[in-house]
Amino acid sequence: MAGAVLEALRARFGGAILETTSAYGDDVAVVKRESLHEVAAFLRDDPAMAMSYPCYCTCVDYLGMELLTISPTTPLAVPAIPSSLPEEAPRYAMVYELRSIKHRHRIRIKVPLTEGDLKVQTLSDLWPAFNWLERETFDMYGVAFEGHPDLRRIFMYDEFIGHPLRKDYPKERRQPLVRREFSDE
Amino acid sequence: MGLEIATTKLEDAANWGRKFSLFTYPFVTACCGMEFMSVAAPKYDIARFGAEFPRFSPRQSDLLMVVGTITERQGPILKRVYDQMAEPKWVIAFGVCASTGGFYQNYSAMPGADQVIPVDVYIPGCPPRPEQVLDALILLMKKVQEGRGHSQVRHKRERLAARGEGG
Amino acid sequence: MAEIKKLVLGRKIVEDLDEDQELPSELMTVNMGPSHPAMHGTVRIVLTVDGERVVESDVQPGFLHRCFEKESEYATYTQIFPYTDRLNYISPMINNVGYAMAVEKLLGLTDAVPVRAQYIRVIVSEISRITDHLTCVGASAMELGAFTPFLYFLKAREWLFELLEELSGARLTYSYVRIGGVVSDLTPDFHERLIDLLDKIDGVMLEVEALLNNNRIFRDRMEGVGPFSAEDAIAFGLSGPVLRACGVDYDVRKDNPYLVYDRLEFDVPVGSAGDCLDRYLVRLEEMRQSSKMLRQCMRDIPAGPVIVDDPRVAMPPKKEAYNTIEAMIRHFKHIVDGIRVPPGEAYTWVEGGNGELGFFIVSDGTGRPWKCYCRSPSLINTQSVSKTIQGHLISDIVPIFGMINMIGGECDK
Repeated sequence: MAGAVLEALRARFGGAILETTSAYGDDVAVVKRESLHEVAAFLRDDPAMAMSYPCYCTCVDYLGMELLTISPTTPLAVPAIPSSLPEEAPRYAMVYELRSIKHRHRIRIKVPLTEGDLKVQTLSDLWPAFNWLERETFDMYGVAFEGHPDLRRIFMYDEFIGHPLRKDYPKERRQPLVRREFSDE
Repeated sequence: MGLEIATTKLEDAANWGRKFSLFTYPFVTACCGMEFMSVAAPKYDIARFGAEFPRFSPRQSDLLMVVGTITERQGPILKRVYDQMAEPKWVIAFGVCASTGGFYQNYSAMPGADQVIPVDVYIPGCPPRPEQVLDALILLMKKVQEGRGHSQVRHKRERLAARGEGG
Repeated sequence: MAEIKKLVLGRKIVEDLDEDQELPSELMTVNMGPSHPAMHGTVRIVLTVDGERVVESDVQPGFLHRCFEKESEYATYTQIFPYTDRLNYISPMINNVGYAMAVEKLLGLTDAVPVRAQYIRVIVSEISRITDHLTCVGASAMELGAFTPFLYFLKAREWLFELLEELSGARLTYSYVRIGGVVSDLTPDFHERLIDLLDKIDGVMLEVEALLNNNRIFRDRMEGVGPFSAEDAIAFGLSGPVLRACGVDYDVRKDNPYLVYDRLEFDVPVGSAGDCLDRYLVRLEEMRQSSKMLRQCMRDIPAGPVIVDDPRVAMPPKKEAYNTIEAMIRHFKHIVDGIRVPPGEAYTWVEGGNGELGFFIVSDGTGRPWKCYCRSPSLINTQSVSKTIQGHLISDIVPIFGMINMIGGECDK
């Protein structure tokens, strides 16, 4: 059960799946950005996969991450940067998790993205749940979703400049909308 | 001379009436709202202080309780609600997020509601115990009686300025 | 679509008017603003209405965005517990437990947590679930005009708050759970007090059911309002009582049992129509099941330690910290550096009050997480509100929104 989904993906998509790992009971597949929609549609529609339940989608910003290991024998769960990508390491990775209610299996999909080319195709046409989740990822990280019906900010206000969860946005940089004028009060 | 004593006594009587019948507008945003519900509940009854029924319209209320974290996005809305209230009006900052921002010191949480509106009584606590809220209400009632709330002081200053210019 | 076109065109030609509509009408945009009398925190719904009927709606969350993820990147693993409390603040223990389990997964300690600690975690989770449903049903009933059930349920909630206050020191935001266990053991008279309270709460529930279940007004306002089909519910990623009311039998405690849920006997209530009445009944029944589980837990709980005996994770006991230098240094390192979690990424999910609450933690080997993402059920459940209220009256929004149980802290993180 653990590797069956990954096997099926590798058999079907071959080169589009860059890497697969299984650790902590999670199955992870690193997928190339161009094939994401195809892989996701396969996972949803194939009766053996039947991943009808969207779990979450988010983005990780790896800027400045230096991995420390506690001991030589501590395993790394998932390589942060897939090793088979020829160009220099991408800064971001989109993370999706899908689950099947019928077969009780799930999978996590990671899509590496580089800084200059921060866009990925939307999955909100396959699962409506990703509509707001992709808006949240756009708001917080600035990932553009092609084909999204309504891509605007969800948590921050429109006048906000920047994408707050990126590692180079300082936590306490405020952009206030209104402040009190201290006249005679 | 006699007129001033009469108006002062009238003023005291009006304040006495105001303090025991505060109509609250609970501007509830976050977790402190749960403690506000507990304060309104039978055990820590706020009704015995007269501030029982929340009026969910700023036009009909005189005590704005800012309950919970105010974010930058919420700022203009809070200001608008405060501006819509009729004088005299008082503000209680309920909880440490509304007082100073609490432990949320980040790009979205405003460091206190007093960045936008003048606050009369601050209640620390995360969330504050209902007894703290009742204590704050009693402090506010004292302020109301003595005429020291922000809007009361502003009104008095404006009236004195008008009288100074007029005569 | 044709219907919307007809409405959108505003003033119609006389020949186009159909029999039921005698007057030409225009659509109006109304704002159900962020300051809600419905006490559900802050959400803005921009409605496009045709008279009283909702044609389109745009639900805008985010007025309580308190940057849980950004704050957790700057805090040590133990310092994040207060932030997790304030996510779903009406069932805070469940958030604590979910987050602790996610970190323990990365540490590899999931099986090393002592059994007594696991039972205690289940006990406080179920008590939090009861407070969650009490608050949700009580507040929703109040918005429909039933003030008495609200007061009865708040009275019951106060009893539970007092009990948990004796246990952890706080009434609402406990931060009671730690990585590897819980912070302290149960109080000596916890068992008797809990059983006594459960009996009293059963009595309160019977009273409220007598007031609401067969009440003509309540039934008319809740029954048939906001039905949601099971396929849509799955595609929208709903979870929790909202999903189960649609007929999908998915509960994390049964499908992916964690802690000691596999040793407990309980049923999962499943509805059929997915309307507000079903959601209400599912929540009431879940409270009963939680009560049943609590009695079993108190009967079966073993004695033992309440935190894992691993110096890399647990703080030393005070006596040692004050008397030995090693324990003092360990204490110091825990506070300043935090628990060093091996690098990796893991996702753990628990059954929260609103549904599947998950934590996705990316660790880089230091004592502070690289990323701590919370999969919040409220945000995903609230997304379905726009679809549900389409075609309903404005006054139907109140029970629909109430039964979704959107908690602002969790929705806007």
